[in-house]
Amino acid sequence: MEYEVVIGLETHIELDTASKMFCRCSAQFFGAEPNTHVCPVCLGMPGALPVINKRAVEYAMMVGLALNCKIARYTFWERKSYWYPDLPKGYQISQYQYPLCYDGWIEVDVRDVTSGWQEHAERRRIRIRRAHLEEDTGKLTHAGNYSFVDYNRSGVPLLEIVTEPDIRSADEAYAYLSALQQIVRYLGVSSGDMEKGAMRCEPNLSLRPKGSDTFGVKVEIKNLNSLRAVRDAIAYEIERQTRILRAGGQIQQVTLGWDEARRMTVVQREKESAHDYRYFPEPDLPPLHISEEWLEAVRARIPELALARQDRYRREYGLSAYDAVQLTAERAIADWFEEALRTSSAPHSLPARAKAVANWIQTELFRLMRVHNVPLDNVWHIKVKPAQLMQLIELVEQGTINLNTAKQVFEEVFQTGEDPRAIVEAKGLAQISDVPTLRRVVEEVVSAHPQQVQQVLNGQEKVFGFLMGQVMKATRGKANAQLVNQLLREAIEASRT
Amino acid sequence: MLHTLTVHAARDLLRRRACSSVELTQAFLERITALNPALNAYITITPEEALQMAREADARIAAGEDTPLLGVPIAIKDVLSTRGVRTTAGSRILANYVPTWDATAVAKLRALGAVFLGKLNCDEFAMGSSTEHSAFGPTRNPWDLSRVPGGSSGGSSAAVAADLCCAALGTDTGGSIRQPAALCNVTGLKNTYGRVSRYGLIAFASSLDTVGALTKDVLDAAIMLRAMEGADPFDSTSVDATPIDVDAIAATEPRLHGVRVGVPEEYFVEGMQPAVERAVRDAIAHLADLGAHLVPIHLPHTHLGLPVYYIIAPAEASANLARFDGVKYGLRIPSADLISMYRETRGQGFGSEVKRRIMLGTYALSAGYYDAYYIRAQKVRTLIKRDFEQAFERVDVIAAPVSPTTAFRIGERTDDPWQMYLADIFTLPASLAGVCAISVPCGFDEQGLPIGLQLIGPAFGEQRLLSVAHAYQRTTDFHQKKPSLDQAL
Repeated sequence: MEYEVVIGLETHIELDTASKMFCRCSAQFFGAEPNTHVCPVCLGMPGALPVINKRAVEYAMMVGLALNCKIARYTFWERKSYWYPDLPKGYQISQYQYPLCYDGWIEVDVRDVTSGWQEHAERRRIRIRRAHLEEDTGKLTHAGNYSFVDYNRSGVPLLEIVTEPDIRSADEAYAYLSALQQIVRYLGVSSGDMEKGAMRCEPNLSLRPKGSDTFGVKVEIKNLNSLRAVRDAIAYEIERQTRILRAGGQIQQVTLGWDEARRMTVVQREKESAHDYRYFPEPDLPPLHISEEWLEAVRARIPELALARQDRYRREYGLSAYDAVQLTAERAIADWFEEALRTSSAPHSLPARAKAVANWIQTELFRLMRVHNVPLDNVWHIKVKPAQLMQLIELVEQGTINLNTAKQVFEEVFQTGEDPRAIVEAKGLAQISDVPTLRRVVEEVVSAHPQQVQQVLNGQEKVFGFLMGQVMKATRGKANAQLVNQLLREAIEASRT
Repeated sequence: MLHTLTVHAARDLLRRRACSSVELTQAFLERITALNPALNAYITITPEEALQMAREADARIAAGEDTPLLGVPIAIKDVLSTRGVRTTAGSRILANYVPTWDATAVAKLRALGAVFLGKLNCDEFAMGSSTEHSAFGPTRNPWDLSRVPGGSSGGSSAAVAADLCCAALGTDTGGSIRQPAALCNVTGLKNTYGRVSRYGLIAFASSLDTVGALTKDVLDAAIMLRAMEGADPFDSTSVDATPIDVDAIAATEPRLHGVRVGVPEEYFVEGMQPAVERAVRDAIAHLADLGAHLVPIHLPHTHLGLPVYYIIAPAEASANLARFDGVKYGLRIPSADLISMYRETRGQGFGSEVKRRIMLGTYALSAGYYDAYYIRAQKVRTLIKRDFEQAFERVDVIAAPVSPTTAFRIGERTDDPWQMYLADIFTLPASLAGVCAISVPCGFDEQGLPIGLQLIGPAFGEQRLLSVAHAYQRTTDFHQKKPSLDQAL
């Protein structure tokens, strides 16, 4: 029998605010000594009271809006009670009845890239059930007979995003999570770093016979520390459960953990009775009223997101899906790309310019940034400016310099920040397009290499390249390659007689 | 007789340099040493800190500073956090807990130069009406040592009544300032919810808890409120109101012409002690004599105050007290595993009344019961609130008894929680409505035990409420009567 997987994802995202959700402690705790970012409030000391971090609410609204959610105009906080040493108050301040964001959706392009890039993608819409704001817990470390608690993370704003069970494959889950990660990065509200725990994902999944509309037995997978781990764990589970079901077995309702080393899921907890969190409205915090003005002010801060930009680049500039995806992977790069295009002096030939800029960014710019250890999101801090790349492209297009020279010039701009035009002038790099001059050089090369000329005449095209190289060498790379090509052909043909 | 001084009288002496804060503080410390063993009003006495604060106050006085509490010795209910001084909430689970910071109300008093004598006994986590539910033993009523001082601020009421401080901080969640004030013949003001910050108050029921003072007269109540009130950035439920004008209250003529006093029939119930009803009715007649216009009113949902309170308060408490788990501070009973550590720590750390309320609250919030109990209780709470709003459209203050009986004997009700809960039936509705209310002495029963008159005002109506109470006190002398304390010495 054919089985279909039904997946829902619950994702927690730490919001990158300066202070914590309900107190003034710094939320930037990564790498800090344990229990150094704490105060009576986030330690749950007797008598401490929470105060709402407005910025965190705005960040959450931004994510909600980016996920096409409705934003609650009235909501309140609730206490979720359970016991654990990393939860200092014995309850978590969360939202239950009225999540800040609800009823949204996200579109993602699903590609199977396991065997190389696929230009084709299937666009899927995944519904978002809710996204609510809460506080993070502390962190436990176990060592021998002891457990240590670090409350630095306690009270850091956390956004919990829950999808509807709309996901149908490991690749889809991967695409959804990457898209979500990209969105929070575009919005600048979280690093979205799974390895650092800034984004944590718990898939729940069940299998059912294809075509069935009931749900099978659900398992939950925890301890997934990377996007790839999410995809691999889901793929593993689908395979494992399919095998069991085909053999006539039954799936147990359990909580699983992903063992990265052994690349398999292991049972963490057997089925437990449903937890009663005894939610009730948090009496220490007033309800939250979100005005139209506030909502609109927040909406105005949302930039055009990656998928929309990809579609636009392909539609308006005719870029390939590959280029569009590469250029929009980081918002800073996409912004840089668009800024370069904005400075083009030839708006009518934007597609050609876009392709040229895209090529330059993905080859020379990325190469130099890699060599100089500049992360891609720091592109605005490097010396070369978008307008300078456009200037360079136009110098090539006008025939002032050839591509090889342009690459040298670009590297110089990258290092000095000087304008390409100035560099070309100062160093006399403008290419030679003067026909009599070039013809003289070509004729010298042809007469110096009769053997090679004969080889070209015999159809050995590779040797033509060698002769081209000789001309370029003689002109120190400045010759207009197109002209040289033409003149060399003529000269070789002429020597046939 | 320095210890009999009110706050304002003490300030007069200090201002005139008739005595120093150190002398005043020493007088109280001596009296505490003599009387506290019999009364058990203080859990913790801090003589060194008190004398140090007194010396600093004297220096400020010498420098010409003149603030309303400068150099005045007061004491603090042990549910309010005090920096560097252990704060037990009357519980074994916090017997050795020393806060690193002051509650906002405490910090304000400290900044004004008040002298802190120590921490006062109370029912564990302020849950009780007799101060018998304290891990540090019951406090005794100065008027009769075999009787309770009321609760939960029983240490506060006993300390003020026995002149072991000029004034005391208390907290009122369902009557915990007013009822002990009535039972000990002192003045007790429960402020409007939110008027004084709760930051640093060890929470019992967050939507009901208020911080206030127990004092020797109404003027002191006004001074204490003025010192503590105001919105606090650390308490989102705190509110700025027009500050109390203490001078205006002090200048009030004992005339109540034009003041409409509501008399709610529902507060005079069958079964209440006849002497109490008589004294309260006399007090109301006295208000009329002063010119007040008496208006019979109805607060029809009064009888639902008790059941509603005993759902909402325990529900909030069940979550508020979850933090006492042995992990971070306070008592920890080491055990084989985490769950047994929780069980042992809380099992041994909490007293029976606290456990009873945690169980009540946990039950009321449980899946399947939440709607029937908590949600329903919230709806009825709204009705009770509306009762008061409608009443205050017609009257300025409401006059009623505080407690249906005078002080009962220690041990008399400990085995019968219901009887104990009934002690608060007249104070619970104002707490649920979040309005302000004051208890002032208004007489004594046949055995010489004090009786209190409750005056209730609308939300943030303290100015008018205190003026009326002050007019009453200026023309009566019940509040000046002192217990003999021969037994205690």
